[in-house]
Amino acid sequence: MRKLIASLLISLFCASFSFADTDGENSLSKKNPEVKDCFEKVNRATFAFNQGLDNAIFEPVAKGYRKLPSPIRIGTSNFLSNLSNLITIPNNILQGDMKTAGINTARLTVNSTIGILGIFDVAAQMGFVKDYQKEDYGQTLGSWGVGEGCYLVLPIFGPSTVRDLTGSLTSAIGGDPWYNVTVRNDTQYFEESDYYYSRGGDGINFRAKNIESFDNLEKNSMDFYASVRSLYLQDRRKKIMNSNEIIDTQDDSDWEEITSN
Amino acid sequence: MIIKKVKYLFIFIFVLTFITKSHSLEPNIFVQSTVNRASQILSDNISRESKIEELKKVALDTVDIRGIGFYTLGKFRKNLSDEQKQKYSELFKEYFLKSFSSRLAEYSNPKIDVQSQEKLSDTYTIVSSILVATSERPEVKIQWRVYTKDPDKPLIRDLIIEGLSLARTQKEEFNSIIQSNDGDIQALFSSLKKFINN
Repeated sequence: MRKLIASLLISLFCASFSFADTDGENSLSKKNPEVKDCFEKVNRATFAFNQGLDNAIFEPVAKGYRKLPSPIRIGTSNFLSNLSNLITIPNNILQGDMKTAGINTARLTVNSTIGILGIFDVAAQMGFVKDYQKEDYGQTLGSWGVGEGCYLVLPIFGPSTVRDLTGSLTSAIGGDPWYNVTVRNDTQYFEESDYYYSRGGDGINFRAKNIESFDNLEKNSMDFYASVRSLYLQDRRKKIMNSNEIIDTQDDSDWEEITSN
Repeated sequence: MIIKKVKYLFIFIFVLTFITKSHSLEPNIFVQSTVNRASQILSDNISRESKIEELKKVALDTVDIRGIGFYTLGKFRKNLSDEQKQKYSELFKEYFLKSFSSRLAEYSNPKIDVQSQEKLSDTYTIVSSILVATSERPEVKIQWRVYTKDPDKPLIRDLIIEGLSLARTQKEEFNSIIQSNDGDIQALFSSLKKFINN
């Protein structure tokens, strides 16, 4: 109970912080918002710590995971993706996207049963939309017009923002059914470790898919921290817009006075 | 007589327009041919160094390196002297060619299919393409921001991979280097030189 109250207080503090950060204008409506790195020194230190951790643990594990047979990797990826529906569906609803909420609920039901706990993506073969997009509470806050606030680098979890961290805390105080049935022990069927295994699996799965991209980016960056920050923030803005529109990712006026070769 | 002259004038204008149009290069065709050139080099049985040299030639022909360089400076480009601008252009060109070619040389024969194009304005068209999936990685959406001010010679100004702009990432990286050195452009010059000589 004390843990819950503490989480709630932190969440409220963060929420008020991120609201205070907005200037009445939806940050997404600004074409080129400036990066707000209020805690850059601490962030850079945490980033260096995470890189050390990545070199020592995550990258070698991800490389090992890559060596597993393809069906096992696809099955694991499908299982984790299916599980993420438990956060995506409430967020589809909170964003007013009832149609996608319906499709994702049908996908979750079919894949969890016929697809054996989500290992097989049977729903895709049955004609449900295959292009599944994860949603979380940070994205929902963004779609409601809450600004991203300061950029943060969290130990182990990596890049975030005040808004996205608030979203993650919302998951921890009851917004994530999977967290509720594992860590908060609402049922006797799952254990706390199940949650951490799934989160760890998510991280390794993501890392394994991006080994070359990360190596390439690190090799070709003069300031790797700034490159990762830029890519994270662009990615979040794109996900919040829920659109493939690329026009807003760059403001044409930035190029105006520039002549070519 | 006047009507006849006007008629000839119209025909002349029509023919002129047609000739001008037929010489301009459609952005989607330009991108596909650029991609094909790069793919050919990557699949050639030559050394990695030779591939890098050939890829640099493609970049010099098809990418607006100078334009991207000044875009990535952002607000700081306004404070540069002509001499600094010249110095920066030279450094950026070397930096870009090294970074671009060594990134691409990692791939062996990537297959990119151009799918559609969207004209944003007279000066910009976005060409959408797909990097075809392999057993190692899923399909990747790549969009190309093509600068068409001179329709006869379109130039690539940005690559947007799965919605993430490379030019913008570069701009934020460069701005971070300058800002963390109290706005000193020389810090960026030093970083560029270090990267080039590495």
